[in-house]
Amino acid sequence: MRLLGLGIFAAVIAILPLLFPENYYVTVVGVTMFFNVILAVGLNLFMGYAGQISLGHAAFFGLGAYSSAILTTKFGFNPWLAMGAGVALVWIVSYLVAKPILRLKGHYLAMATLGFGIIIHIFLVQYDTLTGGPDGLSSIPELSIFGWPINSDLRWYAVSATVMLLSILFSLNIVASRHGRALQAVHGSEVAAETMGIDTSRVKVHIFVISAVMAAVTGSLFVHEQAFISPDSCSFFFSIELVTMVVLGGMASTFGAVFGAAILTYLPEFLVVFQDFKVLIFGGILMFIMIFLPEGLFVGLCRLFTHFKQEQKECLTS
Amino acid sequence: MSYLLEVSGLEKAYGGVKAVNGVSFRVKEQTIFSVIGPNGAGKTTLFNLLTGIERPDSGSILFHEDQLVGLPPFKVALKGISRTFQNLQIFFNMSVVENVMVGCHRLGNASMLSAIFRLPSMLREERLIRHKALKALEFCGMSQMRDKPADSLPYGQLKKLEIARALASEPHLVLLDEPAAGLNDTETVELSELIKKLVENGITVLLVEHNMGLVMDISDEVLVLNYGELLAMGTPSAIQKDPKVVAAYLGEE
Repeated sequence: MRLLGLGIFAAVIAILPLLFPENYYVTVVGVTMFFNVILAVGLNLFMGYAGQISLGHAAFFGLGAYSSAILTTKFGFNPWLAMGAGVALVWIVSYLVAKPILRLKGHYLAMATLGFGIIIHIFLVQYDTLTGGPDGLSSIPELSIFGWPINSDLRWYAVSATVMLLSILFSLNIVASRHGRALQAVHGSEVAAETMGIDTSRVKVHIFVISAVMAAVTGSLFVHEQAFISPDSCSFFFSIELVTMVVLGGMASTFGAVFGAAILTYLPEFLVVFQDFKVLIFGGILMFIMIFLPEGLFVGLCRLFTHFKQEQKECLTS
Repeated sequence: MSYLLEVSGLEKAYGGVKAVNGVSFRVKEQTIFSVIGPNGAGKTTLFNLLTGIERPDSGSILFHEDQLVGLPPFKVALKGISRTFQNLQIFFNMSVVENVMVGCHRLGNASMLSAIFRLPSMLREERLIRHKALKALEFCGMSQMRDKPADSLPYGQLKKLEIARALASEPHLVLLDEPAAGLNDTETVELSELIKKLVENGITVLLVEHNMGLVMDISDEVLVLNYGELLAMGTPSAIQKDPKVVAAYLGEE
């Protein structure tokens, strides 16, 4: 019962490419969406559940992506080894950053994470002997699993979908545990959480590192899928987009994050037909959703649905 | 009889104001020890010092003969001291039973990895925590509202929820900060029954309360604070007759 939603979602994702194997929106945009979902689900653990804020999350995505790109192209690393190294790097960096930064709250935390994101971005642009500067790095080798090369849209679809489903499963599992309750307790009342024996600063650091590592893995996969990376892919604007995904779908709901990521990936694609008005309409839709469903699209709709069902029940009984 | 809590020479100043000034007292196991005093006498500061939320300028707090001064709040909680808050600190983003399950936090030790993979050991621990949380809710007579969101409960029930959450950690000592504030007469009677039941179950209670009827009715010992200083300490009947206490509350003739 707990995993019913995930089961349905997995089934839909498995069937779609069978029905539309050549469809651009399924196999190409789909992969982008899956990556965004992993990022949003990870960030949601930190933002939605633990009630913190990060405006620099794209930096961890970038560090993961650039680690893979640099180590494979410049140092001839095996792609998996490079991914491991990238994850290890982000693990260490996020831990070191988290220790001092997570003493801050609210606006101050937002400013600090924003600063961190910008520093990483500047580093990627300026340190061009290693990172290729604003032009980025290209011809990144493809990934293969035991000699099975991931070299087609459909294969990438399968791999990214698997990783995404796992990340959703892990997120659901974390939330439905003692650690998940500790996260939510930190959100609800830090002082009460502390007096219940929860080491709140440790909890926050832990979840920050977990969500940063999830971003690093995604960045590494992304770079192999695109075979290209530039600082634009991990700029401040991408950080904001990730926050928007979490808020738009509904905070403190794993499927809210999935929903938000899906909308922010597909909406711009569909709005292309409006050409110059694209951005305007996009912004309008986001505002509309936040005004009428301030809890987020997914959470808000779920609440409306249960409310509707309850009213129906009351009508029947009275 | 042994002392569960021994406080000596506790001091805390904010700027020039001495909120708690050289307070010493001892609490016997399985008793109800009340702290009273006019507003601003330093009662809540005393609770914050005991639970590690504030660090005293000097003095010592021995619990089971362990020094508590200098420990962060969560470590104090791990020793078996639990509390409620004067201004409610409910986790409004969670359901009633989840709130109480957070109270059980110190009873579990399953790792994050075992949670991610839902290992059998972690599931066993989860069942145990849930069981204990439900028992704590039942103890406080709140079983029927266990699955409600906490933010849908009325004020009186939220007060009880804080007690249930504090109990769920199976503490040796519970600090109740004005549990009767805002309760009506029936609810106050229920509360006093609940507190007595706590002591019968082996828990020691430290109570800050303005409702004198409740304090005098259930306390084994009463400490009176005034301007951060210990004014008097003794049995309820002795305190009621103490001229210093009467003067502090009603003004001198």
